[in-house]
Amino acid sequence: MTRREGLLDGTLILLAMLAVWQALYQYAGSAALTPPWATARYAVELLGTPTFWGHATQTLSAFAWSVAISAVLGIALGLWFGAFRFAGDVAEPMLASLYTIPKVTLYPVMLLLFGLGPSAKIAFGVIHGMIPVVLFTLGAVKNIRPVLLRAARSLRLSPMQTARFVLVPAVLPEIASGLRVGFSLCLLGVLIGEMFASQRGIGFLIINGINSHNVKLTTAVTLIVIVFAVGANSALLALDRRLHHRG
Amino acid sequence: MTETAAHAVLRGVTRVYPGTSQVHALGPIDLDIAKGEFFSVVGPSGCGKSTLLDVLAGLNPPTAGTIAFEGEPVAGSVPDGVGVVFQEDASFPWLTVRDNVAFGLRRLGMDAAEVTRRVDYAVGFMGLADFAGAYPAQLSGGMRQRVCIARTLVLQPRLILLDEPFGALDQQTRLLMGDELLRLWRETGATVLLITHALDEAAMLSDRVGVMSSRPGRFIDLVETGWPRDRDSRIVSDAAFGAITARLWSSLRTESMKAIGRG
Ligand SMILES: Nc1ncnc2c1ncn2[C@@H]1O[C@H](COP(=O)(O)OP(=O)(O)O)[C@@H](O)[C@H]1O
Ligand SMILES: [Mg+2]
Repeated sequence: MTRREGLLDGTLILLAMLAVWQALYQYAGSAALTPPWATARYAVELLGTPTFWGHATQTLSAFAWSVAISAVLGIALGLWFGAFRFAGDVAEPMLASLYTIPKVTLYPVMLLLFGLGPSAKIAFGVIHGMIPVVLFTLGAVKNIRPVLLRAARSLRLSPMQTARFVLVPAVLPEIASGLRVGFSLCLLGVLIGEMFASQRGIGFLIINGINSHNVKLTTAVTLIVIVFAVGANSALLALDRRLHHRG
Repeated sequence: MTETAAHAVLRGVTRVYPGTSQVHALGPIDLDIAKGEFFSVVGPSGCGKSTLLDVLAGLNPPTAGTIAFEGEPVAGSVPDGVGVVFQEDASFPWLTVRDNVAFGLRRLGMDAAEVTRRVDYAVGFMGLADFAGAYPAQLSGGMRQRVCIARTLVLQPRLILLDEPFGALDQQTRLLMGDELLRLWRETGATVLLITHALDEAAMLSDRVGVMSSRPGRFIDLVETGWPRDRDSRIVSDAAFGAITARLWSSLRTESMKAIGRG
């Protein structure tokens, strides 16, 4: 796909979504959501208020922590499971099934472990976001072409040099894909965490809006979250593509 | 042969791949490769040629027997001074041609100016100068194989092991690459072990050709070509070339038939 085609596709999808949104509004009325243009105007207004930023910083910091923890732990575990076949063969199906269960069911446990507050949100982000990072990394290490490792041995690399100069660069594109998926899921995890048990953050704003029938606020905050998530995801996708293109 | 010392020595070398099926892939092999010799191995596919390269390089242990390189036993790791070019493409896809070729030198901690000098030379030698900044994905299979040859070459190995390096090339390019390989061999004075499935390539390039039986591979014939050291691909029109190729084929014919199940 060329850049221009990508831009065109993006615009078309955006227009289609706006049309659906407008149609939904016509159907459900202002008790359920506000129309696109009014929402966008209110969202911009919100972005100028310190109250919004108070909540947003809470969310962003929890999100940043959960992405960092997911990335570091996920890559380390993935490399480790991948390097030791036996551990990998045991861990992979377990992680895959863990990945498919609705993580909401783990939330009470998380609350008991971490209490109310930012650490529970972060933990919830991590249980969503870390597993894909582990799985992608593990898969990449397991599927590395054996001849690359044989080349490393024939070039007389030490195990540490092999890890650093062959293994890691060989799996980097896959790790980037895992991070991209993990990134979105971390955001989801943190927001859900805030919706369940928190007095701060974007997730709380949304749930609070719903409870107080503040449709304008709920829709505008949701819009902001979507724009942020889509923007960040496209940036990561572009990076991802560039890494894959090289190889 | 008599005045030169043996560079690599194999004695009673066999290799059985462990596991439930226990594939006896190679040997027993007894072979002396002289220092500076150009030795080629031909044999039906699946007869154990790559297995031979692996054990000689120290990438896989022999099941029985011993291997020595420059008088030292080869065990468990690739000895210093041995360079390997694999049958499959082993170029690193995340590095440019230049960085691929520089890879081994950088791991040795060689200073940057010397790395540049050697890499430029090797890249030019392999005809890759116009592609120095390209990534392997942008190159043909044959060019990637040349990147791997250059990556091995810059380390100035004294024994170069090549596993069907020109398999992906057309006949004309193969002949020309053969000339380059001869030039490289003459200039460096290295010992070369070339695995190939092309009888003409073996006949044209080598001082000596070992013909392997079908699996488990053993040498069933060793053919001395008697070519002068400064030969090139033009010897294909020499009468002796036809005779050598014919002898290789007559040794190989029944074995090849076994390999395709008509033995
Ligand atoms: N890792 C392995 N495990 C089991 N069998 C193997 C392995 N590698 C090669 N073989 C078998 O050993 C035999 C020789 O293989 P190889 O040395 O690759 O042959 P060649 O290079 O002459 O085509 C083949 O029958 C092949 O299937
Ligand atoms: Mg082979």
